[in-house]
Amino acid sequence: MALLQISEPGQTPDPHQRRIAIGIDLGTTHSLVASVRNGVSECLPDEQGRVILPSVVRYLDADRRQIGFEALAAQVGDPRNTISSVKRLMGRGIHDIGSLAQLPYQLGDKPGMVTLQTIAGEKSPVEISAEILATLRYRAEDSFNDDIYGAVITVPAYFDDAQRQATKDAAQLAGLKVLRLINEPTAAAIAYGLDNASEGVYAIYDLGGGTFDISILRLTQGVFEVVSTGGDSALGGDDYDRALVEWVLAKAGLAADTLSPSDKAAMQQAARACKEALSAAESVPFSVRLARASVNFEMKAADFETATAHLTQRTLAAVRKALRDAKLAKDAIDGVVLVGGSTRMPQVRKAVASFFGREPLTNLNPDEVVALGAAISANQLVGNNTGADLLLLDVIPLSLGIETMGGLVERIVPRNQTLPTAMAQDFTTYQDGQTALALHVVQGERDLVADCRSLARFELRGIPPMVAGAARIRVTFTVDADGLLSVNAREQGSGVEAHIDVKPSYGLSDEEIARMLQESFSTAQQDMQARALAEARVDADRLTLATQSALAADVNLLSNDQRVQIDRLMIHVADARVQGDPATIEAATQALAKGTEAFAAQRMNRGIRQALAGKNIESI
Amino acid sequence: MQFAQDRAVLDARWKELQREAHPDKFAAQGAAAQRIAMQWSVRINEAYQRLKDPLKRASYLCELHGAPIHAESNTAMPTDFLMQQMQWREALDAARTVQDMDEIASESNAVGREMLLKIEQTLDVSRDFSAAAQQVRNLMFIERFTSEVDARIDQLEQ
Repeated sequence: MALLQISEPGQTPDPHQRRIAIGIDLGTTHSLVASVRNGVSECLPDEQGRVILPSVVRYLDADRRQIGFEALAAQVGDPRNTISSVKRLMGRGIHDIGSLAQLPYQLGDKPGMVTLQTIAGEKSPVEISAEILATLRYRAEDSFNDDIYGAVITVPAYFDDAQRQATKDAAQLAGLKVLRLINEPTAAAIAYGLDNASEGVYAIYDLGGGTFDISILRLTQGVFEVVSTGGDSALGGDDYDRALVEWVLAKAGLAADTLSPSDKAAMQQAARACKEALSAAESVPFSVRLARASVNFEMKAADFETATAHLTQRTLAAVRKALRDAKLAKDAIDGVVLVGGSTRMPQVRKAVASFFGREPLTNLNPDEVVALGAAISANQLVGNNTGADLLLLDVIPLSLGIETMGGLVERIVPRNQTLPTAMAQDFTTYQDGQTALALHVVQGERDLVADCRSLARFELRGIPPMVAGAARIRVTFTVDADGLLSVNAREQGSGVEAHIDVKPSYGLSDEEIARMLQESFSTAQQDMQARALAEARVDADRLTLATQSALAADVNLLSNDQRVQIDRLMIHVADARVQGDPATIEAATQALAKGTEAFAAQRMNRGIRQALAGKNIESI
Repeated sequence: MQFAQDRAVLDARWKELQREAHPDKFAAQGAAAQRIAMQWSVRINEAYQRLKDPLKRASYLCELHGAPIHAESNTAMPTDFLMQQMQWREALDAARTVQDMDEIASESNAVGREMLLKIEQTLDVSRDFSAAAQQVRNLMFIERFTSEVDARIDQLEQ
């Protein structure tokens, strides 16, 4: 048996001097991974020194795929099997997706979320996103030649529960431990705030490839408080490309439905290239060769601006709404930050500057800023950086409610509530003797259920028969710091209860994820074993470490017996770790987690009580 | 507790408490610690929400002093107040542009602010909680109207 190490009293032993934590910006057009090295957040490059990974996945056959630049290059030649902008499909049903005519894919209509038919079979957007995330995970592992402890993944602030859950599932599928989902504008603010030590109220205008976010944040001494947020999860640079394609097609007298999938992909790429070139020139040639025609002419910046003015206006409408929600006037804003590659378009910069009456800040690379901020947050969450004490107080972007009689929505959590939050509302039965209640959870701002997003349905059964209106059913919505919802319903008289963690109805079960993990990401049995062992050891170390430092700080909360019991569990973990069987390590880790749960609860309550001590309502 | 509160002090105190209790502080610890941190963090947010919003704070004070609001069963309003409400609603129905609506919103906001000053007077100086409760009910009407105007503007801009 190996000798157990005992550390100096009062010192926390730390086998991993530094835990490797990464921040991932999973974007519509491209994705990045960043990490804090030597105190500086930086994007990690691939072998060729490129930090950007195009968010494109090409399936070659049942087993092989290309991800990134190679896939992007193959898009025109193999449009059906080369998936780009998959972020727009995350957590979305087929009826949610506009402009189907322009998409070169074969979409499948599955309940809850679309699927894409490829040469490798039917793929869900979650699986495709997982390919991108796994590529970035491997890049980070190679950079550090070590395992990744955990990741912060960014999502658009305006993502609803289904889109957030889908993103978290994709990360899990890619074998990443998600420390936190954070909102892209918040991540950008972190990167800016720490670099510039800014204080005040900031507007973060984030126009990406497929999503638009606006967040109003108040920065004070390391606290990033989101005051309000708004946007459009289906508005981005892609739409500018599409508007340009439509303009070109109209000018050339071509109809969209006469184009082959290759033509559509070629038009898309030509439009994007033209758009990018117009950021630096007043006019550029637009040229594309299609199957039966070729299109060549000079595109003017002014025409592009006119063809896309309605899109820019839509972003400004969302900005005005966010200001109204924040109860702030334009002139209360101390600075405007531009984020996202699409803010390179001169017409966007011009419109934002003229709306706020001030030049926006653009001194950080708009492509990288989100990943950089995510990495800073990840580094802090794993406890590497206790110096910079930052705290994120984010809000829920869209209201949550329950369907009531007549297809109306009863709002339970209004938008822009600071997270985490729990809110409750009482409901009652409609008929005499009613013993069950169907609950339909929806998200959105409209009054009719049909106009909101359906998140989940569940039932509360076993209500004792009473006259109509006598039962008191309290429905509690709890939204965690990631913006993910769980719902609890309880009949107050009888105590009958029902609970669900809201998962979009495409819901990958944990078993499915485990199966997919086996199938997709490990070819050789040995690899899988090695990975499982490494992961089990990281988990075991994580918990052992937390327990040791808890004991060092608060051992006086425990009786002698309790202390001995916890020590015994830690020894089991250490033994299992040496033996090297993943399942045994996991079991021992589980046992330790269970055995220290009460201790953890005691510590937490004591810590927070101390912070609150002596404060009551009179002293606030 | 006084109705009049320094918002900056309240904000600072809220952030100070969240620094202690927010689940992110316990990200490296187990699920149990996370769960408890979340419960505390939720309660702190709840308290802050109730205290920072003047209308909620006023309602809470009335309730504490035995004058609950019960808005749904106390719908009687002074006549001139109702007249004003009707005029605003007619104006809102007639409004066609965002500017029109902004004007209506700024008028109702101004009346709301005046009402808040009166509430402060009633609560902190005369300490007449049932009179304050009636003023709170009136202000709730105004705030509901203002949020309807905002919703109309949102719709118009979509």
